[in-house]
Amino acid sequence: MFAVAPGFAAWGLMTGVAMVKSGMSIVEATLMTVLVYAGSAQLAAIPLLVAGAPVWVILATAFCVNLRFVVFSAHLRDYLMHLPLGQRLLTGFLTTDLSYVLFVRRFPAPSDEPGQRLAQQAYLAGNCGLCWGNWVGSSLVGIALANFIPTAWGLGFAGILALLGISFSLVTTRLRIIAALVAGVAAVAAFALPLKLNILVAIAAAVAACLMLERAGLGTVARTAVPAPEKKP
Amino acid sequence: MNQTDLWTVATIGGMAAVTVLTRCFFFLSNKPWTLPELARRGLDYAPIAALAAVIVPEIVMTQSQLISTWQDARLFGTAAGVAWFFWRRGVLGTIVSGMVVYLTLHLGVGW
Repeated sequence: MFAVAPGFAAWGLMTGVAMVKSGMSIVEATLMTVLVYAGSAQLAAIPLLVAGAPVWVILATAFCVNLRFVVFSAHLRDYLMHLPLGQRLLTGFLTTDLSYVLFVRRFPAPSDEPGQRLAQQAYLAGNCGLCWGNWVGSSLVGIALANFIPTAWGLGFAGILALLGISFSLVTTRLRIIAALVAGVAAVAAFALPLKLNILVAIAAAVAACLMLERAGLGTVARTAVPAPEKKP
Repeated sequence: MNQTDLWTVATIGGMAAVTVLTRCFFFLSNKPWTLPELARRGLDYAPIAALAAVIVPEIVMTQSQLISTWQDARLFGTAAGVAWFFWRRGVLGTIVSGMVVYLTLHLGVGW
């Protein structure tokens, strides 16, 4: 987590810069950082907000860009259902892509045992807290320094490199390599779709392809063929 | 200084609700419900697929088009990051080495 924080900080910084540069006020940009807390949805909504698009269009866009979280929530359900609703809502709100990916990598299966549950909750809370502080802090710096950091520097690329490093650390089976390749190609091929729906298409294509290969008997062989390069981020 | 607009603030509030709704979608309700086995196995591939779907277009596309030149700083930054990862296996090193190569070519050479 500490290893990827600088990459996400650079990304948060550029999101802060982008919000102010697009014409949002300091108050609006700050509220958006703290309350919306979803970088990709924010970046998609900014041009719509500035152009004065109808509210439902903006909300529908945010919903579609966030659809991948619906998939994640199905996965996280078994880990969280023993908690009261309020805690589930707070946990869900704070669990971004990064926390989700690192959490399910660390805890591949939910547990019924109280000690293990506590360990899972503690890990998720710590991870989410760090992510939130890192993102909000760096975005606020970006908002404050918006007029001094040209977007042309492309510092946001550090966020992509952070995601790249995490992806490689997720490669534990051959089928996962295939999933990444299929998703990458599909995301480019379907890029013309509106509302970032190409990401959902890519996830669906990759999952479907891998399940078919699993059924064809490739999964069981592949699972033992590649040793897991376990290294904490 | 840009003006604060109440309607925009309300929209931001709505977007916050969308964040909560999407991130909590399947654990909002207390009703007993289990994920079908096929979907459960499929989720093994969802995280890496989602990351690849976000990353790849950011590296090989410009303004919704596949890039047609190799003179793009992102390609070399990515190559440097990947090389570092397979050499040392650290995410921080991946970011730093990738950014050094990227910024050198992007700001220095203008790619």
